[in-house]
Amino acid sequence: MDQPGLAPEKQLDATTVEEAIAYLRNEYADAVTLDDREGYGGVIIESKRLVEVARAIRDGLGFDYLSSATAVDYLGAGDHLEMVYHAYRTSGGGALVFKAQTDRERAEIPSLVSVWRGADFQEREAWDLMGIRFMGHPNLKRILMWEGFHGHPLRKDWREAYYEEDQKPFDNRWPGGQVYRVEERNVFGKNVTYPPDIDLGRLMDNSETAVYQSLGLGVDVERIMDKDGFETNELVVNMGPHHPSTHGVFRMVLTVDGETVTSLEPVMGYLHRNHEKIGERNTYLHNIPFTDRLDYISSMGNNHGYVLAVEQLMSLGRKYNPPTYRCEALRVMMVELSRIVNHLWAIGFWLNDIGAFFTPVLYFVQERERILDFFEAVAGSRMMCNYMRFGGLFGDLPERLKSVSNLTNDRVRDYNTMQFLTEMINERIPRTIDELERLLTQNEILIERSVGVGVLTREDAINYSAAGPLLRGSGVAYDIRRADPYSIYPELDFDVAVEDEGDMYARYRVRVSELRESVRILKQILPRLEATAGESIWADGKPGAYAPRVPHGEAYGRVENGKGELGYYVVSAGGRGGSANPWRYHVRAPSFINLTPMGIMSRGYKVADIVGILGSIDIVLGETDR
Amino acid sequence: MDLNLQELNQTEFPVPAELENNIAITSLSQLYNWGRRNSMWPMLFGLACCAIEMIATAASRFDFSRFGFEVMRATPRQADLMIVSGTVTKKMVVPIVRLYNQMPEPKYVLAMGACASGGGPFKEGYNVVSGMDKYLPVDVYVPGCPPTPQALLYGMIALQRKIDGQSIANGDDVPWYGVSSAEPTPVPVLGPDIIDPRQMDMIRRQAETAAADMPSLGVRELPAATQLVAAKVAADTTTVADATPISEDALSFVLPSGGAPWAEAEDIREKRRLRALARKALRASRRAAVAEEE
Repeated sequence: MDQPGLAPEKQLDATTVEEAIAYLRNEYADAVTLDDREGYGGVIIESKRLVEVARAIRDGLGFDYLSSATAVDYLGAGDHLEMVYHAYRTSGGGALVFKAQTDRERAEIPSLVSVWRGADFQEREAWDLMGIRFMGHPNLKRILMWEGFHGHPLRKDWREAYYEEDQKPFDNRWPGGQVYRVEERNVFGKNVTYPPDIDLGRLMDNSETAVYQSLGLGVDVERIMDKDGFETNELVVNMGPHHPSTHGVFRMVLTVDGETVTSLEPVMGYLHRNHEKIGERNTYLHNIPFTDRLDYISSMGNNHGYVLAVEQLMSLGRKYNPPTYRCEALRVMMVELSRIVNHLWAIGFWLNDIGAFFTPVLYFVQERERILDFFEAVAGSRMMCNYMRFGGLFGDLPERLKSVSNLTNDRVRDYNTMQFLTEMINERIPRTIDELERLLTQNEILIERSVGVGVLTREDAINYSAAGPLLRGSGVAYDIRRADPYSIYPELDFDVAVEDEGDMYARYRVRVSELRESVRILKQILPRLEATAGESIWADGKPGAYAPRVPHGEAYGRVENGKGELGYYVVSAGGRGGSANPWRYHVRAPSFINLTPMGIMSRGYKVADIVGILGSIDIVLGETDR
Repeated sequence: MDLNLQELNQTEFPVPAELENNIAITSLSQLYNWGRRNSMWPMLFGLACCAIEMIATAASRFDFSRFGFEVMRATPRQADLMIVSGTVTKKMVVPIVRLYNQMPEPKYVLAMGACASGGGPFKEGYNVVSGMDKYLPVDVYVPGCPPTPQALLYGMIALQRKIDGQSIANGDDVPWYGVSSAEPTPVPVLGPDIIDPRQMDMIRRQAETAAADMPSLGVRELPAATQLVAAKVAADTTTVADATPISEDALSFVLPSGGAPWAEAEDIREKRRLRALARKALRASRRAAVAEEE
C-alpha cells in the first residue's frame, strides 16, 4: 500500500503521532481536518465517517488502546458538542487525539463500541451527562444518574438546584453584611428542582425497572420476576449497593443458573457526587482537594495527575517555571508511598473477599497507619493530603516529624524525618512484603481459589481499555511510567511487573511485584532527597500564584496510579491572559473503565468467585462514580 | 456515666456484713443503659471516603471494640447503630432509608463527616443530599473531612453519653416500648429529581404555581437577603401584608400555607414545650401522691 508522507521502509504502526496524523489527513482528506484551535492538538473527524477512520486508527496505525472518550460542551464557542478520544499504542508513545463534533440540539455521534469495547461505559456516561446519542450503541442507558432524571447535567446551560453563579469565587458570599444559605434560594428547601410540567399524580419511580430492562441480560426478566411462572433454573440476584463485599456502594445484578453466573451487569452511580460539574465551577486550585476524594486510598497520585495536566496547559503560556528537581523527587516519593498503601489495601480486601476475613487486613492496616502518620506530619492530613501545587508542593519535608494525633500507641513522635523514611523504606515495608509473601503466595487455599478464576485474555484487556494491574496481569507490559514517562521516572531504575495468565492470582502477583518495585524506586529517591536537601521546591524560590491564569487550550495529563491509568482532560477557555476556571474538567477514572470487562470476566464462575473477581480488579467508588 | 462497683456497694440500705461487696443497688434505667451502651453493634456499611477511616477505626490501631462497638454486622436486622460514613447521594438515599427502616429499635444514626452532616464539599452537586438529617433523625454529628479515627471514637462515646441520659421511665426516651409501632420513614421516590413523599403537597403546590406563571425549572429568584430578613421580622410580627416590600409572588415560597415556615416551627416548638411541661407536672404530682401514701 502506498503510504504518503512516510519513508517506504517504515511500518505504518511504527510512525510517530505527527506522521500518523499526516497519514490520516492524506488518506481521508475529505473526513479528517486538523484541529487548529489555539492550544489544541489532534484531528477532527467528520462524524459520519468516524467508525471507518477509527478502525483505520486501530488496525492500520496500531493505536489499539482507547484510553479516554469524553464529551465537551462548547456553548458559546461554536455551539457544538464534541467527543474527544485519546488513543494510545500498547507499545508505548504519545496519544493520537481525535474528535467528532455534533449539533447541540440533535446530538448524535456513531458509537465506537464496535471498535473499542472500552468505549462502552464512557459513551453511556457521555449520554447520561451530556445528552449525546450514540448511534449503534448496544445499551445506551443512563449510567451514573437514574433513568428518568431530568436533563443532562454536564451541559453548560443545565443548572443544579443550588446554582449560584457560573464560576467561583462567588461574589455573593457576604451580601450587604447578611449571610444566607443557598437552600433559602430554593423553593423546596432542598437540593432539588422539578420540571414545570411535573405531574405528581402520574409519577412513577421507574429507575429500578429501567435498570433491569437496560441490563442486556439476555433473559426475559419479566418472566423470571413473575412469581407464577414455573421457571426456576434462572434467577436474578442483586448484590449491592449495600453489600459487605462491594468495596463501597457498588451494585451488580447477576443472573444465575444454579450457582453459576450466566450474566452480570455492574450498576453504579450510587456515589456520583458531581465531581466534574463542581470542578468546572471551581478555580484550578480549588480542584486539588477535590481530586483527593476521587481515589481516596491514594490521594497523592490523584493530585499528581491533575497537577501534570494543568502544568501542561500552563507551559503554553509565557510565565511558567517547571517544578524543581527536589519537588519532582518528593512527588515521586509520595506517589510511590501511596501506591504501597493502595496495593496493601487492595490485597487485604481481596483476601477478605475470598474468605480470609479481616485478619490479613489488620496486618496491612498497621503498615498503612505508619505511612499515613508520615503524610499527616508532612501534609497535615492523613487521607486527604492536598499536597501538590502547580509548579510545586504545599511544603517541603519538615526537619522532624511530630505527631498531630498524640496517641498513646503512637510511634511517630518527634522523629528525624530522613531517619524515619530510611527505616521505613529499608526495613519496615520490605519486611511487611516478605511476611505477606511468606503467608500468601504459596498458600494452597489462596492458589486453589484464585488460579484460573476471572480470566481476562490479553486481547480483551486491551480492547476493553483495562488499565493498571488488571492490564498487566493479562500479559500487557504497559505502565505509563515507562510507556509515556513523566516526572523523573525515566532516570529511575525499575521494572514493569507483568504476568501472563490473566486470572486473579496473576493480578495478585503483579501487585506484589509492584510493591517491591515501589520500594526499589523509593530506595533510589532517598539519596536524591539527601543530595537536594536545602534546595527550594519552587523554581523561583517562592510559592506560585494563588489563582493561576491558565492559557487557552486542552491538555490530558495521565499518571500510573495504583488502580491504573488516571487521566485528567482539562480544557481552558481563557482569552488573553488565560482563565481562572477550567471550561471542561474530566477524569478518566481507572476504576470506572476497569469495570467494563467485569461482565465477561465473571461469566461461568460461581457466585462466591464474583466477589473475589471484583476485589481483584480493585475499584474505589469515589473514582468509579466521581 | 459508668457503673462503678465501689460506688454501687456503698448504699444507704442496711446490708448484712457477710453480703458486703456482693450487693449492688442501682436504678433500672442505669442498668438497662449500661447494657445497651456497651453493646452497640454498628452496621457494616460504608458510603465513601469516611468509610476508610471507619475501617481504620475498627482495625488494629484504634479498635472501637474497646468501647463496646463490638462487631460490625452486615445486616441491618442485627445492627443498633448506622454510621452514615460519607456522601449521601440522591440515588443512594433510597436504599439508606430502606436499611434504616429494617433496623430494629432502639436504633441510632451517627452522621460521620462533613458530607453526611450537611453535604460537605459536594453539597452543591446535583446528585447530593445536603445531609442525612434531611431524611433520617441523626443522633450524633462528627465533623471532619474525613474525621480522624479519634474524632469518630469521640463521636461514638458521645452517643454512649446520650444513651446514658435516656430514662426507661420516660416514654419519649424509649418510644419502642410504646403501644403503637413506629411508622417507617417514607422511602424517597426517584422521579425527575428525588421526591420526598412527606413533601408531596408542597411540591405539587410549587409545581402548579411554577407552571402557571414561571416557565423556568420551578425555582424562583430569592428576594435579596435583606428582604428575607425583613420578611422574617414581618412574619414574626404577623403583619406580613403591609410591612414587606416583597411581591406576592416572591412570598409564595416563604408562606407555603399561609403562614411562614419559621412561624410554624415556632408553633410546633411551643406546643412541644407545653407538652413537656405538662408531662413534668404530671410526674411531679404522681411522685407527690406516692410520697403522701407513704
